[in-house]
Amino acid sequence: MARAASTAKVELRGVKKRFGPKVVLDGLDIAIPSGQSLVVIGGSGTGKSVMIKCVLGILRPEAGEIYVDGKDVTRIRGSARDAMLRKFGMLFQGAALFDSMPVWENVAFGLIQGRGVKRKKARDIAFEKLAKVGLGAEVGQLWPAELSGGMQKRVGLARAIAADPEIIFFDEPTTGLDPIMADVINNLIVDTVRGTGTTTLSITHDLNSARKIADRIAMLYKGKIIWEGPTAEIDNSGNPYVDQFIHGRAEGPIKMEVRG
Amino acid sequence: MKFFAAVGRTTLGLLGEIGRLSVFTIDAITSFVRPPIYWSLVLKQIMWIGYFSLPVVGITAFFTGGVLALQIYIGASRYGAEQFVPTVVLVGILRELGPVIAGLMVAGRVAAAIAAELGTMRVTEQIDALTTLATRPIKYLVVPRLMAAIISMPILVAIADSVGVFGGYFASTRSLGFTGSIYLNTTMNALTNEDIFSGLIKAVVFGFIIALLGCYSGFNSKGGAQGVGAATTNAVVTSSILILAANYILTNIFNFFNF
Repeated sequence: MARAASTAKVELRGVKKRFGPKVVLDGLDIAIPSGQSLVVIGGSGTGKSVMIKCVLGILRPEAGEIYVDGKDVTRIRGSARDAMLRKFGMLFQGAALFDSMPVWENVAFGLIQGRGVKRKKARDIAFEKLAKVGLGAEVGQLWPAELSGGMQKRVGLARAIAADPEIIFFDEPTTGLDPIMADVINNLIVDTVRGTGTTTLSITHDLNSARKIADRIAMLYKGKIIWEGPTAEIDNSGNPYVDQFIHGRAEGPIKMEVRG
Repeated sequence: MKFFAAVGRTTLGLLGEIGRLSVFTIDAITSFVRPPIYWSLVLKQIMWIGYFSLPVVGITAFFTGGVLALQIYIGASRYGAEQFVPTVVLVGILRELGPVIAGLMVAGRVAAAIAAELGTMRVTEQIDALTTLATRPIKYLVVPRLMAAIISMPILVAIADSVGVFGGYFASTRSLGFTGSIYLNTTMNALTNEDIFSGLIKAVVFGFIIALLGCYSGFNSKGGAQGVGAATTNAVVTSSILILAANYILTNIFNFFNF
């Protein structure tokens, strides 16, 4: 069977991933058009992080294909994979800053190690990106352990955008932050990404965040996308699963598995 | 039936573990030769693995050499063979106790530290973050540690050998009534290249085992603080066992070739 070529920036087709007997992704289909911001919502443990890790090749799916710029990257290795990864930036849920180096080196890391930029130049870029997320030069000299959670997220964002990647992934960008700091991060994501033509994929269960940063929203449930549409339509989806999730009701078609 | 299920599960688990370790080892070794090599990280690790292990390795080697002389004296004096104490101390330290004592001490110090550091990086997603910054974790984290351990261990063992033999000299001249010059002369006359190099070859293998198991345990740690703790214990226990097993195999091989 001939398949249509992938025209999206990033596309997952029929991706399956399981850990032992537990099926996490069960034939996931999703496409992110170039320059768009897609937010995937879903409860804890529905496989949102696994989806991102499959695209980055940190986890290998058992079935299905992953396309980046129309090329099948599901099983690429070696230098082809290095080249593919240079298109990406990522903000981790816990920021995942390297605690063995100061803040500015964290931001400059991908430039120095991954792309061979000279240290002096990478340092200038790092401070420029830190300024973009509202952090002064004095923060650049601090160590990650000296920063609050919100500051760490900002540094993580600066690191994600440091190399001006074509695609950025945001893993729960607002989780664990107070509402005001969460909004600051949302604004920074919108400001730093909009108008640059960057394609973004975010995963979150924070609906305020999703409404603010998404062009389109998709809902992941039991390893599949059960609804996808423009952000404005999320309130009139007509999907009982989506309705239950966005209104945060315990009763409905989604039954919380108390024991995973 | 429960018994067979348990045996089967354990066997499969063990085989799976051996398989994963083999894949990890091959991955690490093939990454050895391909550029880039992070030399500054290698130097940093040599400082940490080698230089900072000097006190603990030196002190343990000194006491081991001393006690070896005292015990051999007890055995040898039963046959009136006290004059062989320097030779047996020399062979014992250079071929066995120098590399093994240094290996076990460095395993306790370095394998644990590597597993704890990389394990924390794993559970806080720092290793995944390396990947997203176009840097291969094996190259950046594992290869420098392996290289540093392979370079540091023979040097550490050479020092442990000297200090251990000195420990034997110290105990023999202070407690056993040996004359210093005679003890040293006997030692120098007994010394062979094989004694030295068989110990140093062991040191290279032990260094590889220590860094490999430290990295492997750290890379595969799961969960939070508890997982990192388990990885650390695992690294020390498995690397210590493998050092002793490898020591036995290597000694057999050396004997076979009369080395």
